[in-house]
Amino acid sequence: MSYVTNLKCRECGQEYPITPVHVCETCFGPLEVVYDYARIGKLLTRATIESRAKNLWRYRELLPVEGEPEMGPFSGFTPLLHARRLGAEVGLSKLYIKDDTVNHPTLSYKDRVVSVAITKAREFGFTTVSCASTGNLATAVAAHAARAGLRCYIFMPEGVESGKIVGSTIYGAQVITIRGNYDDVNRLCSEIADKYGWAFVNINLRPYYTEGAKTFGFEVAEQLGWRLPDHIVVPTAGGTILPKVAKAFKEFTQLGLVEGKFKIHCAQAAGSAPVIAALHKGTDLIVPVKPDTIAKSIAIGNPADGFYVLKAVRESGGWGEGASDAEIVDAIRLLARTEGIFAEPAGGTTLAVTLKLASAGRIKPDETVVVSITGNGYKTLEAVAGIIEQPVSIGARLAEFDALYERLPNGKRAVAGAA
Amino acid sequence: MAIRVRVPTPLRRFTAGVDEVTAGGVSVRAVIEDLEQRHPGMRERLLDDKGELRRFVNIYLNGEDIRFLQQLDSKVKDGDDISIVPAIAGGR
Repeated sequence: MSYVTNLKCRECGQEYPITPVHVCETCFGPLEVVYDYARIGKLLTRATIESRAKNLWRYRELLPVEGEPEMGPFSGFTPLLHARRLGAEVGLSKLYIKDDTVNHPTLSYKDRVVSVAITKAREFGFTTVSCASTGNLATAVAAHAARAGLRCYIFMPEGVESGKIVGSTIYGAQVITIRGNYDDVNRLCSEIADKYGWAFVNINLRPYYTEGAKTFGFEVAEQLGWRLPDHIVVPTAGGTILPKVAKAFKEFTQLGLVEGKFKIHCAQAAGSAPVIAALHKGTDLIVPVKPDTIAKSIAIGNPADGFYVLKAVRESGGWGEGASDAEIVDAIRLLARTEGIFAEPAGGTTLAVTLKLASAGRIKPDETVVVSITGNGYKTLEAVAGIIEQPVSIGARLAEFDALYERLPNGKRAVAGAA
Repeated sequence: MAIRVRVPTPLRRFTAGVDEVTAGGVSVRAVIEDLEQRHPGMRERLLDDKGELRRFVNIYLNGEDIRFLQQLDSKVKDGDDISIVPAIAGGR
């Protein structure tokens, strides 16, 4: 049973039936799914949601699928952690981490959007699924396609982390690397989607795919005890997730499930920050850049939905900042050291930007702030491997360890000092 | 001068369903004007009423986004390839 009525152009309002199209024929604007909120409002309650399995489909009325969802039975409903040790160190008493480093099955927020997209691909009768990706999406599409028994083609720019190439090929997907950056890959895939008629999750299935990102926001609100955070900081690359988190909060508000206000803030790597540049300049015009950052998963210089990121941020009274590669690595280490969570560089970016917003006074010490950690550091070891301390090597003799313990900076002297 | 222009699905109703057409001109803007002569209705889809490229349209000249070149004034020559691609795509 679906509560979806049709697709509608966000720009000019033209309506389209539920088909695999993503661009308005009239103005090239993005198409978005329209729901019958009046009907949903009559039946969706907190109790109904709470009674369901802990996966992203507990919000199924607000997702664009027809039948019983088949994909992603363990995707979503990741932890929301009150980060007390990190919060104490940075002076934020209600700091929360929404931890999609442990999303199932491929350890990033992409398992949400792909669960929806592959379910939709099957409903439409596609037999081949594909995507343009910087890596996380690739692994998610490959894994879900394997489970769905669909053929899978993955397109990535050369130079993405090896974990993402291995982590896609292992599922039986055909991986093709493109000599160029993500924006080149994206352009090529738009042309391939047009010509071959495959289901590209982030191109012709994009209206459905992006709706899956709302579940990140739904979960935050539910896990905070059915309320909205004062602040949420979200990383921006192509601009999918940030506007959808804002939409999730608005839908919950409209349905009477939560109340209150939130500010949504945008985090970009300084080496790929076209949205932040436009935000700080006070313009709607996003000038594309050539990305140069270790945060490869968010290295998109020509963001499709950048305009809507700006809109969501400004409407909420939020702000945004860029983080340098050094700040990103420092934040990855800080999160790992204080909370035991190893984020990919996109997560480091988001935490680094959160700290900047706090020191600028935009986030107050006792306000509730959620840091969106959307991907896992084990996939991006290259980003930090050359920077962190190397292990110390000794022989398997107690005397060698005794000597070492005497001289290690965090060894005997540190323990004695603390005692 | 013959320049190859790749036409995306939303514009193919102006080209009788054809996905690649030829056009002439010394700049991207001139090529768009020529496309308008050959396939009336295309210009309005690509340019806004101020004559600037619409927000959700990307144009690539030999694979390079024209916003990294001289925008609509980018020079084109015989044998060049132009791709018109909807901007809305992607996401990591």
